[in-house]
Amino acid sequence: MAVEGIGARALRKEDKRFITGKGKYTDDMTMPGMGYAAFVRSPHAHAKVKGIDASAALEMPGVDAVLTGDQLVGNGIGNLICGWMIHSKDGSPMKMGGWRALEPEIVRHVGQAVAVVVADTQAQARDAADAVVVDYEELPAVIDPLAALEAGAPQIHPEAEGNLIYDWEIGDEAATNAAFEKAAHVTRMEIHNNRLVPNAMEPRAALAGYDAAEEHYTLYTTSQNPHVARLVLSAFYNVAPENKLRVIAPDVGGGFGSKIYIYPEEMVCLWASKRVGRPIKWVSDRTEAFLTDAHGRDHRSEAELALDADNKILGLRVKTVANLGAYMSLFSSSVPTYLYATLLSGQYDIPAIHANVKTVYTNTTPVDAYRGAGRPEATYLLERIMETAAREVGLSPAEFRRKNFIRSFPHQTPVIMCYDAGDYDATLDAALKAADYDGFAARKAEAASRGKLRGIGLSCYIEACGIAPSAAVGSLGAGVGLWESAEVRVNPVGSIEVLTGSHSHGQGHETTFAQLISERFGLDTNAVSIVHGDTDKVQFGMGTYGSRSGAVGMSAIVKALDKVEAKAKKIAAHLMEASEGDIQIEGGELKVAGTDKKLTFTEVALAAYTAHNLPEGMEPGLKEGAFYDPTNFTFPAGTYVCEVEVDPDTGKTEVVNFVAADDFGNIINPMIVEGQVHGGITQGIGQALLENASYDENGQLLTASYMDYCMPRADDVPSYNLSTHVTACPGNPLGMKGCGEAGAIGSPPAVINAITDAIGDNNLSMPASPEKVWALYHAGLKQAAE
Amino acid sequence: MYETTYHKAGSVSEAASLMANADDGKFLGGGQTLLPTMKQRLAAPSDLVDVTKIADMKGISANGDGVTIGAATTHFEVSTSDLVKQKLPGLASLAGGIGDPAVRHMGTIGGSIANNDPAADYPAALVALGATVVTSKRELAAEDFFTGMFETALDEDEIVVAVKFPGAAASAYAKYPNPASRYAMAGVFVAKGSDGSVKVAVTGAGQNGVFRMSDMETALAGNFSPDAVAGIAPDANDLLSDIHGSAAYRANLVTVMAKRAVQKA
Repeated sequence: MAVEGIGARALRKEDKRFITGKGKYTDDMTMPGMGYAAFVRSPHAHAKVKGIDASAALEMPGVDAVLTGDQLVGNGIGNLICGWMIHSKDGSPMKMGGWRALEPEIVRHVGQAVAVVVADTQAQARDAADAVVVDYEELPAVIDPLAALEAGAPQIHPEAEGNLIYDWEIGDEAATNAAFEKAAHVTRMEIHNNRLVPNAMEPRAALAGYDAAEEHYTLYTTSQNPHVARLVLSAFYNVAPENKLRVIAPDVGGGFGSKIYIYPEEMVCLWASKRVGRPIKWVSDRTEAFLTDAHGRDHRSEAELALDADNKILGLRVKTVANLGAYMSLFSSSVPTYLYATLLSGQYDIPAIHANVKTVYTNTTPVDAYRGAGRPEATYLLERIMETAAREVGLSPAEFRRKNFIRSFPHQTPVIMCYDAGDYDATLDAALKAADYDGFAARKAEAASRGKLRGIGLSCYIEACGIAPSAAVGSLGAGVGLWESAEVRVNPVGSIEVLTGSHSHGQGHETTFAQLISERFGLDTNAVSIVHGDTDKVQFGMGTYGSRSGAVGMSAIVKALDKVEAKAKKIAAHLMEASEGDIQIEGGELKVAGTDKKLTFTEVALAAYTAHNLPEGMEPGLKEGAFYDPTNFTFPAGTYVCEVEVDPDTGKTEVVNFVAADDFGNIINPMIVEGQVHGGITQGIGQALLENASYDENGQLLTASYMDYCMPRADDVPSYNLSTHVTACPGNPLGMKGCGEAGAIGSPPAVINAITDAIGDNNLSMPASPEKVWALYHAGLKQAAE
Repeated sequence: MYETTYHKAGSVSEAASLMANADDGKFLGGGQTLLPTMKQRLAAPSDLVDVTKIADMKGISANGDGVTIGAATTHFEVSTSDLVKQKLPGLASLAGGIGDPAVRHMGTIGGSIANNDPAADYPAALVALGATVVTSKRELAAEDFFTGMFETALDEDEIVVAVKFPGAAASAYAKYPNPASRYAMAGVFVAKGSDGSVKVAVTGAGQNGVFRMSDMETALAGNFSPDAVAGIAPDANDLLSDIHGSAAYRANLVTVMAKRAVQKA
């Protein structure tokens, strides 16, 4: 290791423990005397719980207790909540139904927990859970979100009549309707964004312990935001006061959003650890993960795009029904509203936009933010209709987009967002060049000679990251602020600990954050340690999601570093009898400009702690903290080009080339950014071709294992052709925008646009299964022949 | 997984007696289906009798023009056997395409055929090649051995000991894998006997497991080329239909895979 600053492709400091199997995950943690929890889950999508008979289970070996929802409610444990208030267009608040961590009365999705067994071993707990007899009275269930809104559909929550949670709108409806009235061409589409299961490599887990003497709880858990977990557990669920609850999220093996939320199981372990009087561990198995981790997407939309005679966009009109599942998960309400419809302007100058979003309860697993969260749904809708409109009016899809690009900044869209910086021509040009867009016809002809159908598709995405300015989100209904905190502790020997409220669960913060400090002070990155994920160490933080750790988390670190630097310079100036303004930091040394006088960073740090000779009135020590609240979202954007070959005999799609040209603003570690883009695009290709959470009419999840739920594998994707173009973000000190979600946001429409180009039929929904593609292509051939 | 008792059998007779003494026992081959099923708590045998350590049941040997493969031989061993590659290249290639490397190093031919998953690969090869299944009690023609979905002619205490494959003039297998599980959605094994007769067997698509395509066999006996089967498809009414593919789609896949198998043969 050495000084590896901003822009260095530094190898990840955390990988030594990950690739040697030495990571410490929640399931690696133990507490003396701990038992194991297993949950008794509903096999029905909708049923009354008429009785729970635990007598046989309680007689089984090793069993301590069987606890139910009545006991949970009796102990004053609160309902799970959604923390973002959305108001319907008539001004009424969203209709949130009650969600108990163990349901005593009515279960509303398959897999919902009704009881928990605590036993000495995991096997004993699971055996006993099987022996708990629950008397259910089945109720009619509704799975399809459109069917749930129909008159006479089964009523899921008494609070939400007709299963409608809210009927929300954004944009100027009258102006948008007027735009359509004067349109020369209108493109209309029905667009379905398929439901996904997050599938983090590490399943959710919890280890909860209660110290009766101290009246203090400790919870190890798989969380992207342990402080938010502690806040919600104490303030809303009444499990423990905040000062008596320590939440630790150690190494966490992937989240993709699914580990933001507070779930029933973790809360029940915490509550039960006191009630049963022993520490309790629970580790989700993969089937439980499929049934209970918050799902993603699941939108049904109608979209219309109005063009003038010159093919400039006049307006966009969107109606979306979003399925939130059986309960409102922590941030579920914000995903199909402020994280979705505010991005419908894309990279385009659209004078008028109106979107109406209805969210609906169904008897399915709750749906919440999943990598991209609303922005993939917006991008998919917009980029599908942009490609379709271009084809309808006979323009090249690239030129049609270019014709409508936004080119002056800041740009106020009709849907709240104000874009601060970007250069959409630059990323489009780079992508088209890398993809040899102009040479496509020859490649298509060559593929045809091999009997393959070749197609090319574009996607020009934009997203909003750096979530988020607290006052702005507060005015839109958020229950929390979305700033970040940091504390920089310089040790007496000059090594540094950075405590951050961000949480790394794959992002590589231990490396990138250290590079920031290395750059600033010229220190070896090994002299910097990043501390995160423990509410006893880090005072507070909002966690990691929405590609916020760079733009928001690192900005907080920069603010703290500013303070450390200022104090260090004061000390150095005092010791070297120079003026503070003449002190420069370079290569790990504090120098007096224009002289050969210098002190090492270590000498200054030591002076701060010995305090033998500090400036008059200065406190000893060198430790500073800061909170950073962003002033705007950031707006990463780029162009993706996908090229596919379809086998007409089987309908199988092969992605033969994938080009991504992204603008993430300034980049700390290009290698880590590329890794993020690789993973994101692969998830997007997974959504477009392979992944789908499929329910039968009774609410049984048909894709509840990897035998049926198809995750993308290495041989499903090509080597990616990546490049970046930088327009620095003016809103934060590092000029960063964020890169964690772009790949998953930008790629699905590029893939579907490519397949529809290949087969000459636009009626393709995700996932583009071989059968769907085969059937469409052959129906088209048949039609052409008739 | 529920509690179970594991036994390692040293001989075929010991395996049979262990099974006779078990309350609700199961023979354990490579465990690539049974163990995941048990982990999902969908099966709860009281006893597992592991037959993969029985020396008599392992290995591959020449048998006239053909080969005899011990039931406890792994897919990896079959796929990399020079003998199999030389005599029955279609069989070697089939074994090399089962599951993934971990499955191929654990899973066995005996375990696979005794389970008779309707989407497993081996049944197509056994039927098309006219193999004989040697059990602890008797010898059975492959077509008599496979009796339906997850059903075989085996008695409860009967153990598959080996599979005898006759030689073939040509053999090839083509499958279209389920994208999630990688089991066959349609797998077609085409074998041309040394006498010029042709057998075509299909796995993954049929409601009752492996079946033969006699129309294709007749067509190929006259003209062994992909074009000969291009217009022949099974009746979709007899095929599986699920979230991964309708019966009509599978019928098409059978035709396409048959063409590709003939092309490879």
